[in-house]
Amino acid sequence: MARVLLFGPLRDLAGWRERELAATSLAELRRLLGADDPALAEALSAPGVQVALDQAIVRGDATLSAAAEVAFLPPMSGG
Amino acid sequence: MIQLTKQPFDPGALLSGFCRGRAEVGAVASFTGLARAEAGATTLLELEAYPGFTEAEIHKIAEQARTRFDLADMLILHRVGQIAPGEPIVFVATAASHRREAFEACDFLMDYLKSRAPFWKKEHGPDGARWVEPRAQDHADVARWE
Repeated sequence: MARVLLFGPLRDLAGWRERELAATSLAELRRLLGADDPALAEALSAPGVQVALDQAIVRGDATLSAAAEVAFLPPMSGG
Repeated sequence: MIQLTKQPFDPGALLSGFCRGRAEVGAVASFTGLARAEAGATTLLELEAYPGFTEAEIHKIAEQARTRFDLADMLILHRVGQIAPGEPIVFVATAASHRREAFEACDFLMDYLKSRAPFWKKEHGPDGARWVEPRAQDHADVARWE
């Protein structure tokens, strides 16, 4: 199960902060999230939203291990 | 040292502690950022971090400062969670042999923290709550160092 984390405005839009999903790739994870909540899937694909896989930024698709942590990071406002 | 904290902190005590026992350092510069009330529009600031990732990204910023400036030491403390207007939100201190390095490293660290550190900021006020967008000025400030 991949652990999905949402931050900032994405968390408010989705109405949750953390969820576990059975997905073996980022693309599959996006599809699962989109089937449940199309507006969220669109927001997750918006320009400026970065994806961290196991706390490292990734671009494009990636394979997910069984214990992957996937975080969607909207544009950061800074400290 | 780099630390995120949910607890309010006393910048004076931090500065005293940071200066203690430094017979050879010569120069300490510090910066304290306070949460702004924005003329009453903000009654509470909420700062969200990604535990582990946010600290690691701040470590990268600190490493850049170490490479760029001749520093003896530095301290970065950042609040997360709920912060009331007027409370310190960030404290940065730098120690170096001479003042120019200490001043510039402190300025550098703050510019990078304000634009590159993974934080999401929500302002709560009488008109509701809103997420703060990245500011163009913060990006212009960091561009000075590139």
